[in-house]
Amino acid sequence: MIVAEPKPVEEIKKMLDGYDKVLMVGCGTCTTVCLTGGEREVDLMATAVRLMHKVEGKDIQIGQQTILRQCDWEYIDELQNVEDYQAIVSFACGAGIQGLARRFTNIPVMPGVNTNFIGFNEEYGLYSEQCKACGECILDKTGGICPVARCAKGLLNGPCGGTNNGKCEISSDKDCAWVLIYNQLEGQGKLDQFKQILAPKDYGKAGNIRMLDLRK
Amino acid sequence: MGFKEDIQSGKFVVTAEVGPPKGTDITRMIHHIKALKGKVAALNVTDNQSAVMRVCTLAIAKVLMDLDVEPIYQMTCRDRNRLGLQSDLLGAAVLGIKNVLALTGDHTTLGDHKDAKPVFDIESVQLLQVINGLNEGRDMAGLELQGKTDFFAGAIVTPEANPLEPQFAKFEKKVEAGAKFFQTQAVYDMKKFHNFMERASKYNVPILAGVLLLKSAGMAKFLNKFVAGISVPDELIQELANAEKPLQKGIEIAGRQIAELKDVCAGVHVMAIGAEDKVPDILAAAGL
Ligand code: SF4
Ligand code: SF4
Repeated sequence: MIVAEPKPVEEIKKMLDGYDKVLMVGCGTCTTVCLTGGEREVDLMATAVRLMHKVEGKDIQIGQQTILRQCDWEYIDELQNVEDYQAIVSFACGAGIQGLARRFTNIPVMPGVNTNFIGFNEEYGLYSEQCKACGECILDKTGGICPVARCAKGLLNGPCGGTNNGKCEISSDKDCAWVLIYNQLEGQGKLDQFKQILAPKDYGKAGNIRMLDLRK
Repeated sequence: MGFKEDIQSGKFVVTAEVGPPKGTDITRMIHHIKALKGKVAALNVTDNQSAVMRVCTLAIAKVLMDLDVEPIYQMTCRDRNRLGLQSDLLGAAVLGIKNVLALTGDHTTLGDHKDAKPVFDIESVQLLQVINGLNEGRDMAGLELQGKTDFFAGAIVTPEANPLEPQFAKFEKKVEAGAKFFQTQAVYDMKKFHNFMERASKYNVPILAGVLLLKSAGMAKFLNKFVAGISVPDELIQELANAEKPLQKGIEIAGRQIAELKDVCAGVHVMAIGAEDKVPDILAAAGL
C-alpha cells in the first residue's frame, strides 16, 4: 500500500489561513490502513484545528467526509456539497489529493499528509518501504528482496564497502539489503544468481510522465 | 615507467593519496604532493571523500600531473549520472589521466550536504564495465566514440568486511567487470588478510593492501566505532596508548605492517589522512 505520514496540525492550520469554511476529506484505503488519513484521523485533525481557532477567538466551519478511495472518479463523485466550501484538505496520498484538485478546479485543495512510499505493514503502526515503482521488476533475480528500494544506494550488484555486521552504512538500525539478499539466495541454493552482473536500470522508463493503458 | 607498468612488472608498488581541499587554497596539498613525489608510484585523488564537498578530482589530478606526479583518478557514482560520469572520464583521458579507481561512494547522508539528492544512477561494478566500453571506443548507449580511452581501471575491496562472503562475491564481479588492480580498505588483521589473499590470488589481479596511519589511540577507537570494515586490534590500541609520541608510534606500526605485507601482496596503498608528509617516514620504517 501507499504509506503517508500526518502533517503537523500547525502546518495545516497555516494553509487554511484566511478560510472560514473548509472541507476535510479522508481516504478509506491506504491512508486509513496506515493510520494517517482515515475517518478517525480527519476527525482528530478537524477537532484540533477548531480548537486552535477557538483559542485565537476565530471562527471556522469544518466539514468532514471520508470516501473509499480518492484515486478513482467513482468514489470522488460521492462527495457532497463540495461547492459550499472555500478550501479542501485531502488526507489521501498524492494521487488522491490531485484527484480532488482535478475534480474541483475552482477550490484550492491542500495536502493533509506527506506521502512517503510504497510499503509493507510490519505491525500496527510500523511500515517499511519495499518498492520504488521502478517499472522493471528484478525481484526474480534478488531473492524476492528489492535492492532498488531497500539498499540506501539502490545498488544492483552486491553490498558497498559500508555494510557492517549486516547493517547499512547510513544507520545501524537499518538492515543491509545486500546481506539479506545474499542470505536468502544462499538459503535457496541460488548463489549463482548473486554472481550475475545486473545491467544499469532503464531510468528512461521511471523518469517519464507515466501512464498505463490497458484499454483494448 | 608508470604505475601500470610498475604493477605489471611485479614490482612491490606503493601508492598514497591526497584529499582535495574544501576551498581554493591548495598550498597545503601541494606541500603534501611534493613530499610524496618520487616516493610513490602514483597518488590517488579522492572524489568528494566521505560525501564532503571539496575541489573536483579532475582539477586536482591535473595539478598532480603538472607537478610530474601520476594520479589515480577516483570516481564515485554518488554525484553524477551516466552522462556526467562518462563525460568526466573522456575529460580525464583528454588531460592524459591513465588510472581510474571506480567506486560507488559513501552515501550523501554521511557527508556535509545531507539534504543532497544522491545519484547512484550506476554503481562500481557497472562503472568498471563503462570504463571498459570507453576503452573499446563506445559509450553506454553503444555509440561510437571519436577517439577511445585507454584507462587502467581499478576497484576497491574490504578484506575485513563482516560478513565477508557477499563482499567477496562482489570482488569477483569487479574482476569480471574489468578491474585490473585493487586497493583495499585498511588491513589490520593479518590472519584475515592472508586468508583473503589465498582466495583472491587465483584471480591474478594485483592487490595493494590498505595501510592507514594511526595517529593516536583515540583515532583507532574512532575508526573501530564509526568506519565499517576496519577493526584495529586491542594490542595496537594499547601500543599507541602507552607511547610517549603516539604519531611516531603510528609511523612505526604502519612501517611494520608494510614490511609484513611485502611478501603477501602486490603492494600497499598508504592512507595518511592529513599527514601525507609522514609517508616517507613510514616507508623508511618499512625498510623501503
Ligand atoms: S525492482 Fe523493486 S522498485 Fe522495481 S518494481 Fe520491483 S520491487 Fe519495485
Ligand atoms: S550498506 Fe548495504 S543497504 Fe546500505 S548502501 Fe551499502 S549495500 Fe546498500
